[in-house]
Amino acid sequence: MTEHFRHEHLLGIEQLDANDVIQVLDAAEAFFGVSRRPVRKVPTLRGKTIINMFFESSTRTRTSFELAGKRLSADVVNISASGSSVSKGESLLDTCRTLEAMQPDAVVIRHGASGAPHYVSQRVRFAVINGGDGAHEHPTQALLDAFTMRRAFGSLQGLKVAICGDVSHSRVARSNILLLRMFGCDIRVCGPRTLMPAEVEALGVRCYDRLEPALEDADVVMLLRIQRERLEGALLPSLREYSRIYGVAERHLVHASKRAIVMHPGPMNRGVEINPALADGPRSVVLDQVEAGVAVRMAVLYLLSRDLKTSLREASGTES
Amino acid sequence: MVAPEETVLDADAIARTIRRLSLEIVEQTRGTTNLALVGIHRGGVPIAKRIAEEIRNAEGSQVPIGSVDITLYRDDASTALPDPKIGPSDISFDVKGKDVVLVDDVLHTGRTIRAAIDCLLDYGRPRRVWLAVLCDRGQRELPISADFVGCALDVGRSQVVDVVLDGTPNERVIVQHWFSQFPPPPDAS
Repeated sequence: MTEHFRHEHLLGIEQLDANDVIQVLDAAEAFFGVSRRPVRKVPTLRGKTIINMFFESSTRTRTSFELAGKRLSADVVNISASGSSVSKGESLLDTCRTLEAMQPDAVVIRHGASGAPHYVSQRVRFAVINGGDGAHEHPTQALLDAFTMRRAFGSLQGLKVAICGDVSHSRVARSNILLLRMFGCDIRVCGPRTLMPAEVEALGVRCYDRLEPALEDADVVMLLRIQRERLEGALLPSLREYSRIYGVAERHLVHASKRAIVMHPGPMNRGVEINPALADGPRSVVLDQVEAGVAVRMAVLYLLSRDLKTSLREASGTES
Repeated sequence: MVAPEETVLDADAIARTIRRLSLEIVEQTRGTTNLALVGIHRGGVPIAKRIAEEIRNAEGSQVPIGSVDITLYRDDASTALPDPKIGPSDISFDVKGKDVVLVDDVLHTGRTIRAAIDCLLDYGRPRRVWLAVLCDRGQRELPISADFVGCALDVGRSQVVDVVLDGTPNERVIVQHWFSQFPPPPDAS
């Protein structure tokens, strides 16, 4: 018998173990089918309220969480920093206390400061879901990537994964590395030294300056977005130079495994980190990742929105 | 403490019961052209398969068969789920215009059936939904009744009806009698 999901919040992959991850992925399998039915909605979270609080811009994560909540029949409210009381100078905690008074069951927080969701979770009664915090973590992205890989290969165990690009500013890379390490994956990171965190090897990965050795026999080639604003920090001489040395195209895949898939968390810079033909090619699972995102977020909302205290009390009186 | 148990149906009786249910179903639905079976996860799924087998033997045609998992449709979905494992719902045929027979092992409060109907309707609009159960143990909490009943039992709340359907000669439907001083197990259903 499976146990309750043992966490009240989803703050990062670092709080999870392999069993927790599998529990989320298994639940996501059940939700995956819901989005492909004629009626893309189940009544499971009827009467629950979910708030999306996004202090950084986002299209896919916010839409994905919103659809996930709506397909579970929860009421979903979106708040963005611009045009809200945040722009009038309200503190994060005051905003959260205000929302708490409106009795939400779960709040998804995206914030530019690492640790913001953790800070909030210690001070409120609702479930906090990290929708990306600074350069720290983006747990639902790592879970949907894992879901996509598991669907492609049947298991995560021992996969060879090359993560290429701006690793040092990437919460996606960090969450993915933490997750894949639990399953004994062989993880390589590749990118210019200016975009590589110091002592990245401490995360249990191998670090490469060149694409070819990093991609050697890889099952998964995961590309990260080059954030144009990084150019101003003199971390990159030019996008063109980056594209020439680190941009991945079809021809690089001769080094990778024959079954290799190409992933990108989006939004893509076509022609910079990823060649357009590769992005649209048969190896690309970019759109599968987006589809998986809704299922995985449904699973996370489902596992965190259930009222555990009531359930333990009432479990003995349950009738089927 | 082992509760005394009584076997209501043994393997042979189950086989005969399922054969009778199958014939009643094709009689009522006037053949198999429009017929489809949907087993309710988990107990109903093997029974639906057995009914489909019997119908194939009797009528020579294979009826479409699917399954529903009601976890996401429970009226207590967000509170009382000691086991959040969600099974697969798999209806790969078009239910529109079909005579769909929902199949379950034990009919008790009717809440499972309510949830299964809601789930089924999210896949389309059947012409009619029927209900076949191996065993009706009474004590309804919703206005629901079965169209095809294997056996009707008059058992109290403190008793447990258990169906063992494993494809061996050991198959049986049993009633366990829990005496009032021993509370029933928490997942009594």
